[in-house]
Order: sequence, then structure tokens, then C-alpha cells
Amino acid sequence: MKFGVVTFPGSNCDYDAYTAIKVLGEEVEFLWHKSSDLLNSDVIILPGGFSYGDYLRSGAIARFSPIMKSVKEFARSGGLVIGICNGFQVLLESGLLPGALLRNAHLRFAGKYIYIKVENNSTIFTSACQPGEILKIPIAHMDGNYYNFDGEIEDLKKQSQVIFRYCDKDGNINDAGNPNGSIYNIAGISNKEGNVIGMMPHPERAVEDILGSSDGLKIFESIAKSFSKGMAIERA
Amino acid sequence: MSNKKATVFVRLKDGVLDPQGITIQKAILNMGYDQVASVRSGRFFELEINAEGEQGDKKIEEICSKLLSNPVIENYTLEYEK
Repeated sequence: MKFGVVTFPGSNCDYDAYTAIKVLGEEVEFLWHKSSDLLNSDVIILPGGFSYGDYLRSGAIARFSPIMKSVKEFARSGGLVIGICNGFQVLLESGLLPGALLRNAHLRFAGKYIYIKVENNSTIFTSACQPGEILKIPIAHMDGNYYNFDGEIEDLKKQSQVIFRYCDKDGNINDAGNPNGSIYNIAGISNKEGNVIGMMPHPERAVEDILGSSDGLKIFESIAKSFSKGMAIERA
Repeated sequence: MSNKKATVFVRLKDGVLDPQGITIQKAILNMGYDQVASVRSGRFFELEINAEGEQGDKKIEEICSKLLSNPVIENYTLEYEK
């Protein structure tokens, strides 16, 4: 299987994502924002960073780049897309995922290791995780405060679209474990169909023990495992 | 054809948390102005457009809803000059 990592002007986790896929042992190539060619990728990674300088709103400009037009078509036909940090912001601005990310409630940049709980391990992106598994993964963002209307949050819960929630070291979901004020401690969600996921924590920065944690690798292992099992939605 | 000027005001919707507004309000209260009950922050854009009439207005509306504001969390209002 082949991963494609999009590079926007201002992306700064594209090489981390590329390296994470190398650690995983799968094929990976960079995709340039001005191109509309996804180079036959099976999975698209929208990496973290500050695409287009975060001007206007995080992810607001990246949404209109040529590569995003292709990514949108790819996602709508069932292709696998994972947006990490700024990539999550791009997915929300594109309308591929519901909701928005506001400025962190404490108004400070948050860069540290945090813990997230796997709420749903029956997804393409979490199939290698145990139910309720706690992952130690770093965050690094200013606008990570997930927001949506109450009704929409209820829908996300009902449809098991809440994939990761911030928690403390022992897995308790509480305010102390919530680094940015996100509603319902939401750290990552998927679309209804389950082929698009967005998350604020950086799994690609936690793929080897020497980095402080290798828990992030489980996300990429899940994708590979699901893909080989044919769990990925058939593309039209 | 003279350029048409539009000013776009983008505001967070009611009920959407505005941590910047809250922090600014706290600063105002710390300055001793205890009359200020709340502050909401926003932003504005000035556009010059080479299109007149309804056609131009429609284009500006599109720009506002597609790019300048995020309809999930924000509303916008428009003011025209000339």
C-alpha cells in the first residue's frame, strides 16, 4: 500500500509523517500542493504545520489548493484520509469533517505529551488498538479547541464518530487531561462513512521509543492492517 | 467603472466561546473600568471589487461565506461604500 503526504507552504510535519511511514515499512511519497495528482496513493496524510501561514483561520486557505480538490474527490469516493493537527483543521475547513477548531481556551500554545483514550477501536484508523486503550502522544497547537453545536456533538457520539478523547495518565476523562478546552474532551473524530479522520495529537511524532513514545505507530499500523484485510471502503 | 468598496465584519456566533474576548474583558476590568460586562472579538476586511450591481453583490456574498467566514462558528455582515 502507498501513503501520500501533502506538502503545503508552511507544512512542517510532512517529513515526520514521511519518516513514520518508513518506520512502518510501507511505501510513501510527497504530494505537492500545486499539483492535483495523488500519485496513486491509497492513503492521504494531511500533515501538521502552519499551511499558508495560518492566515485568516488555520486551514482556511489550504482548502482551496489544487491538491485539496483531488483529496476531496478521493475522500468522497471512499479513499482514506488522515488529517493531523493543521491537517485536521484543513479537513474541517473543507467540510470533510464536521465542526471547527477554536483557539485554545487558555490562549497559549500547547506543546507537550498528553494522553488520549481510544473511544472506538473498530475503525480503519484504530483497528490495531485495544478497546479503551490509552495512548501517549504529543500535541503542538494553538487552535485545537474542538467546537460544535450540542446537537452535532450528540450525533457524533451516537454514530461512534468520536475516535479519541483527551484523558489523564490513568484514562480518566476529565478537565485536567484536557489540554485545550475541547468539548467532550474530543481529540479526534471521523466522518460518518469512517474513511476520513482528523486528530490534533501527532502520532507521527511518536513512532519510536527514542522519541519518548511509540504509541503513535499504532494508528499507522491500524491503517495498514485494515487495508490488508480489505476493511478500506471500496473506491468508486 | 469605479471600484465598489465593501467592508466585511466577521463575528463569532452567539454562544461560541471567545477566549480572546474574555481575556480582553479581564484586562479592561483590571484597568479599573468595571462598567464593561462583556467583550466579543472579531475582524474586518475591506474589499475593492470591479463588478457593479447585483452581480457584484452576489460575488461578495460568495467570498464572505466561502472564505472570509467559517459558517460553523462565524456570522458576517456587509457594508457598502459609494
